[in-house]
Amino acid sequence: YAKLSTHGCISYVVFRFQMKVKVLSRNPDDYVRETKLDIQRVPRNYDPSLHPFEVSREYTRALNATKLERVFAKPFLASLDGHRDGVNCLAKHTQSLSTLLSGSCDGELKVWDLTKRECVRTLQAHEGFIRGVVVRYCGTSFFTVGDDKTIKQWTMETPGYGEEEEPLNTILGKTVFTGLDHHQNKSVFATCGQQVDIWDEQRSSPIRSFSWGVDSFSSIRFNPVETDLLGSCASDRSIILYDMRESTPLKKVVMTMRSNTLCWNPMEAFHFTCANEDYNLYTYDMRFLEKPIKVHMDHVSAVLDVDYSPTGQEFVSASFDKTIRIFPKNDGHSREVYHTKRMQHVICVKWSSDSKYILSGSDEMNIRLWKANAAEKLGVLSHREREAANYSQKLKEKFQHHPQIRRIARHRHLPKIFSFYRFGFSSTKPGSVPVLSEKEKHVVSVVK
Amino acid sequence: MIINYCIAKLNKFLASQVKRPSVRYWNEPQKEDKSRDGENTGEAAVQQDRRAKKRKQKDETSKSDPFPGSAPIPKDRLQKFKRKDKITKPPRHYRKLKQVITRSEEASDLALKQAARFDLLLPEDAGFLEGDEDEDTCTISQEDIAEAVDITSGAKYFNLKLTQFGPYRVDYSKTGRLLLLGGRRGHLACFDWQTKQLMCEINVMESISDVKWLHTDSMFAVAQKQWLYVYDSNGIELHCIRKFNDVLRMQFLPYHFLLATASATSFLQYLDVSTGKEVAAICTKTGRLDVMCQNPHNAIIHLGHSNGTVTLWSPNQKEALVKMLCHQGGVRSVAVDKMGNYMVTSGMDKKLKVFDIRALKPLTSYFLPAGASCLSLSQRGLLSAATGDVVQVYRDVWSTPVTKPYMAHRVRGSVWGLQFCPFEDVLGVGHGEGFTSMLVPGAGEPNFDGLDANPYRSAKQRQEWEVKALLEKIQPELISLDPTDLGRVDRATFEQRHQEKVQSLGFDPHAKEKFVPKFKKKGRSSAGAVERRKKQVAHVDQRVIKMFATSCRINK
Repeated sequence: YAKLSTHGCISYVVFRFQMKVKVLSRNPDDYVRETKLDIQRVPRNYDPSLHPFEVSREYTRALNATKLERVFAKPFLASLDGHRDGVNCLAKHTQSLSTLLSGSCDGELKVWDLTKRECVRTLQAHEGFIRGVVVRYCGTSFFTVGDDKTIKQWTMETPGYGEEEEPLNTILGKTVFTGLDHHQNKSVFATCGQQVDIWDEQRSSPIRSFSWGVDSFSSIRFNPVETDLLGSCASDRSIILYDMRESTPLKKVVMTMRSNTLCWNPMEAFHFTCANEDYNLYTYDMRFLEKPIKVHMDHVSAVLDVDYSPTGQEFVSASFDKTIRIFPKNDGHSREVYHTKRMQHVICVKWSSDSKYILSGSDEMNIRLWKANAAEKLGVLSHREREAANYSQKLKEKFQHHPQIRRIARHRHLPKIFSFYRFGFSSTKPGSVPVLSEKEKHVVSVVK
Repeated sequence: MIINYCIAKLNKFLASQVKRPSVRYWNEPQKEDKSRDGENTGEAAVQQDRRAKKRKQKDETSKSDPFPGSAPIPKDRLQKFKRKDKITKPPRHYRKLKQVITRSEEASDLALKQAARFDLLLPEDAGFLEGDEDEDTCTISQEDIAEAVDITSGAKYFNLKLTQFGPYRVDYSKTGRLLLLGGRRGHLACFDWQTKQLMCEINVMESISDVKWLHTDSMFAVAQKQWLYVYDSNGIELHCIRKFNDVLRMQFLPYHFLLATASATSFLQYLDVSTGKEVAAICTKTGRLDVMCQNPHNAIIHLGHSNGTVTLWSPNQKEALVKMLCHQGGVRSVAVDKMGNYMVTSGMDKKLKVFDIRALKPLTSYFLPAGASCLSLSQRGLLSAATGDVVQVYRDVWSTPVTKPYMAHRVRGSVWGLQFCPFEDVLGVGHGEGFTSMLVPGAGEPNFDGLDANPYRSAKQRQEWEVKALLEKIQPELISLDPTDLGRVDRATFEQRHQEKVQSLGFDPHAKEKFVPKFKKKGRSSAGAVERRKKQVAHVDQRVIKMFATSCRINK
């Protein structure tokens, strides 16, 4: 049409080209980076038609994430060697994340630097077992109690060259002390032995004593949130709660078997978890002691120690069956189990104050340092690493109920001895024994 | 004026509703001093308050927002990103389950709104072609369009005159960058069709029935006379797969890395191109298979047969999933849209039919005077149908009844292969005299996703993408008619487990004891009163059993 030049056809050309047309044409400058030093341009379009098979692809990614988690699950970090007898108790430093105190069964106390993983100070604190160590809230001194019926206060600073280790203060008691804990912000500490005593740091006799017809207590703990409340485990299979401001104990709950230790939840003021001899842990609400909130069952031997994470969402338990288990606070079964051929009965366990590490002391004289999340990458992560880790975590949670993914996520290698602990079906006729819920079974009575 | 006044009133009302923080014992008692001053000066204080209020009103009216709240999102955009309807909430005593469901639904809502808002930021718009009032768009020729648009777009219309080696089959790669041509007499060429840069050109000395790109630009599969061959993009033969013989048509499932082949001996075979293993070989027993297409939404293969039926296959079953009778004669061509909603088929009875593939129902049927031998659907829903040497493009075949084509073009030879180029407004036609690339404004998806198929990706990006795609490769066991099957609640397993438990225990642990009303003294246990007490509990039994069963399944 353009070639013809007669008058009639020119108007036809103009008429012809009045159509409106646009063909997709992209300018490569908008889609390709300018220099090699820039990052690549990635235009996004979230239209679901461009991203088919969403569920299947996410499922595959979740499966890969679960498998990789098992591949990277290497929780054991270090073993702190040096004690000459079994480690009986551990104490966290209140102001420093890298300091740990440990007391052993021959009266030796060691102070460890966790970053260098070596012992910086050793002192002979007691003759006999060290039953309790606790660091004062200011972090400048710490207390120890032992089988030689003494309470000693030591300074946190290492004595200079040539100076001997001397306690700041020594209190002689009449009976053996079996547990020790310090108040969160007052100069008050509590011990337990034949009765529960509240001491002021300046006095050499207790300011208050509680007793309730029991002749021996195994542990005492101050509540970190409601700081004037205490809880103790007694030998008559009971847990007794006290208020420091009152003159008599508050109430007690008697269970079917004795508790070894208890630990208060640092986030919930009224929840505590006790480690029991019947292989379970029980979480109670101190206001309603008739029924535990949760029964945590997974250990195959007596549970010796329990400690909460500073987030209050999980806790770790040490057991006579040579394992430590991590439980979520409202789940009846553990999410993780740590064991080693070299680790024998675990006596004490602590969760570090930055919620990343777990320390366990066992009776083969070693303290072990573990990661709280076995597959976690330590150190500073870049933004992309963090995003990828969060995405994988969310995917694993989303698909956790699918059988293949659950099978892989649950899989842990346990020593062969655990295959003996398998519970069979009961042989009683159904309906003959009244069915009690698991929670109701274990509490005998509550006494006010 | 009136509106401002109303807004001021509203603001004042809202301010009075706002909760002030309660008095703390450590805050100094300032109010007492104020009240003391107020008492002394009485009227003057009241006047001061009134003036302060007026000043506040004026400030408020001058700063009020004419469009309060967040920007509204159009409903169709929200609908585009919607995945699922909200589920019915469980009753009150399932507190934890209810909390979990509420939280996840809130997160889904937020994601939906964010995605819908992001749609505004997409850089490109789709193409269009509009004629005058009395002008049909189908009379506009390709040369006119090529002259009317810019140079780069105009260069996308070209003809390749290849008369020697027979009609050509066409395949564009997933990003739309590379084009693969396979001539019937053995001519094979792959090149970048925009820059016309040739990557390889060989003659395999055998007849070629079909060509297909594999997952990247570096490998493609060719169905030759006897066996299936895989070539490198430089023309080097990589594999000769003898298990796949007499292959007539191929389809590549990109997210499963599966190459599905239909053979003349009525075998449908799946090859995993990442591991090189044959995943499934299905004997369809339906005769020569030369009509094949895939449903991009659920990776199901559609086969058309000479008795007018279309069958749907997945690698997990030996029989067809669905058999539909579509035409009175044989089926000539099948195409499925990208969302998996509609299937378009053409048959020997010169009809073009549109089916709803999710409900398996016919929607519309058109009569074409010469039938259609090849069909292809574009990313934006344009349908191209070829008869002989004429290619016609229709718009919106499934929504509004179509009376005339959107565009038409006559090519030199009879059409043998037809495919829309992804992300471009281009239709590639392979015919007896070579290859033609024609412009079809509005065919291609304007905005691609950089992480999926990116035509402008660098070599590094392609490598990263390939690794991620291989890691996310979907197992063939997950191919089914509904791709969201994995996200459904598994009722069948729950029922089975419940029955096994009942058998092993001897009684049903979920069954409640029958409600026996307590015998009350002093005449309160008459027959009528007992019945009334029984009635109160009757409906609870039914509901509790159902809800308990549902929660068990969900928590599993």
